[in-house]
Amino acid sequence: MENPTTSKVVLLACGSFNPITNMHLRMFELARDHLEDTGHYSVIKGIISPVGDAYKKKGLIEASHRVEMARLATESSEWITVDSWESQQSDWVETSKVIRHHYEELLAREHNRDDVDTVKYTKKRRIEENYIASSVHHRKRDGPQLMLLCGADVLESFGIPNLWKQEDIAEIVGRYGLVCVTRSGGDPHKFINQSDDLWKYRKNIHVVHEWVTNDISATHVRRALRRGRSVRYLLPESVVRYVQEHSLYSAESEQKNADVVLAPFQKYSDASTSG
Amino acid sequence: MENPTTSKVVLLACGSFNPITNMHLRMFELARDHLEDTGHYSVIKGIISPVGDAYKKKGLIEASHRVEMARLATESSEWITVDSWESQQSDWVETSKVIRHHYEELLAREHNRDDVDTVKYTKKRRIEENYIASSLSPLSLCSDGPQLMLLCGADVLESFGIPNLWKQEDIAEIVGRYGLVCVTRSGGDPHKFINQSDDLWKYRKNIHVVHEWVTNDISATHVRRALRRGRSVRYLLPESVVRYVQEHSLYSAESEQKNADVVLAPFQKYSDASTKTES
Repeated sequence: MENPTTSKVVLLACGSFNPITNMHLRMFELARDHLEDTGHYSVIKGIISPVGDAYKKKGLIEASHRVEMARLATESSEWITVDSWESQQSDWVETSKVIRHHYEELLAREHNRDDVDTVKYTKKRRIEENYIASSVHHRKRDGPQLMLLCGADVLESFGIPNLWKQEDIAEIVGRYGLVCVTRSGGDPHKFINQSDDLWKYRKNIHVVHEWVTNDISATHVRRALRRGRSVRYLLPESVVRYVQEHSLYSAESEQKNADVVLAPFQKYSDASTSG
Repeated sequence: MENPTTSKVVLLACGSFNPITNMHLRMFELARDHLEDTGHYSVIKGIISPVGDAYKKKGLIEASHRVEMARLATESSEWITVDSWESQQSDWVETSKVIRHHYEELLAREHNRDDVDTVKYTKKRRIEENYIASSLSPLSLCSDGPQLMLLCGADVLESFGIPNLWKQEDIAEIVGRYGLVCVTRSGGDPHKFINQSDDLWKYRKNIHVVHEWVTNDISATHVRRALRRGRSVRYLLPESVVRYVQEHSLYSAESEQKNADVVLAPFQKYSDASTKTES
């Protein structure tokens, strides 16, 4: 039911997806319902982008498994997809770069649809690149928007020192947009209010309240698996089977990277010391 | 991995299942893990028994749909099943009667397995019936016989305190003779509730409290509300159930008004009973 006056939106979710759970999938559904309910947006696609192994998070298992589980989980969805670009990079990639990468792909696809003339295309592209580089305001009105989809915990992680670069936060909320799915009890509005950066771009931050408390955290799921407990009905069936077939998630896998520094901390403290 | 010293257990869940959700299904999984973890039990089967339409709960849609959705939801499970006996009764059936019905079926199946001699069977049965009728001690009758336990959430346990919803003797029979497995989320305090009730405290050994660490409040009420508002319920229910709901356009503002002006069956029954005793 596409209204010609609505903006097309693609939702991008970055994260460990270690493993993907029904809660992650719910997040997409809730976000889409919320945005379309405003009457201003039409959500055309969802992208799950599992983080690369170089992120070095404790307990993070191989990207190949995490990508495959996400693929199984979204196989039956008509609009949610998985992208492995980020997971295939040898170094950790900042979220802002992942967003930029996907936005450029999105634009390219739009151009291919509109315009076969390569001269016009190149010129249009150069204009847009300059536009993107110079402006913190939105894209072309009729172009699709790419918004970062996340939970309240990610929004609040903006406040953790050395986890994000301030200019990246500004770019994500200023240029793209954020859809933050929160459960009752959290208070993202308060957090937004207390941050000048976030408050400035509050119109680009869409807070979605999840009334059905659904805290199926991947951490709990991994713990249950370590203890030989059932995780059925917390994850899609095909993912439960995959986990069993490959014996993923043990006390051993949870110790991966236990003595290694998380990539962003490593990167940003290196930067500050070499400064 | 069946340990010969464990008792066989069948879990029975009664409820509206209006509709069935992933939370209901999780309840079974959690209960089984918990009981087997004690080393004393082996859970051999789960039974979902949707309540009949005569329960007259507000927003309760036709039993045929509720049973079918539960069937779809459990199709891929190797141990959880659906039973439609309760839903097919024309009057509302008290939970204690549903348990008794299923327990008798369970015994009958065990006997058919052990004993083809009808004389011995009849005698054994008569002994047991007398035992059941006269005693309130836990029924692990032949101690190699299976136990039937009622599986529920903390809300059901706490509903034991609502006047005229349960008969006191039924509560005593359920916890005294059969057993209760109560799955609760962090925040609830079933232990306190058990402590504050003499009946429950007496049979506390038969009440197994299972803590659900993964907060998973997918209440059917919320699901119905989301559906009324045209919102997605994907990933809250099994996919086959989501499809069924869509195909049959179940759950609207209209369906939620069903029984809005009718008294819930237990309240009707027990207040009728109390007014009758006066005369």
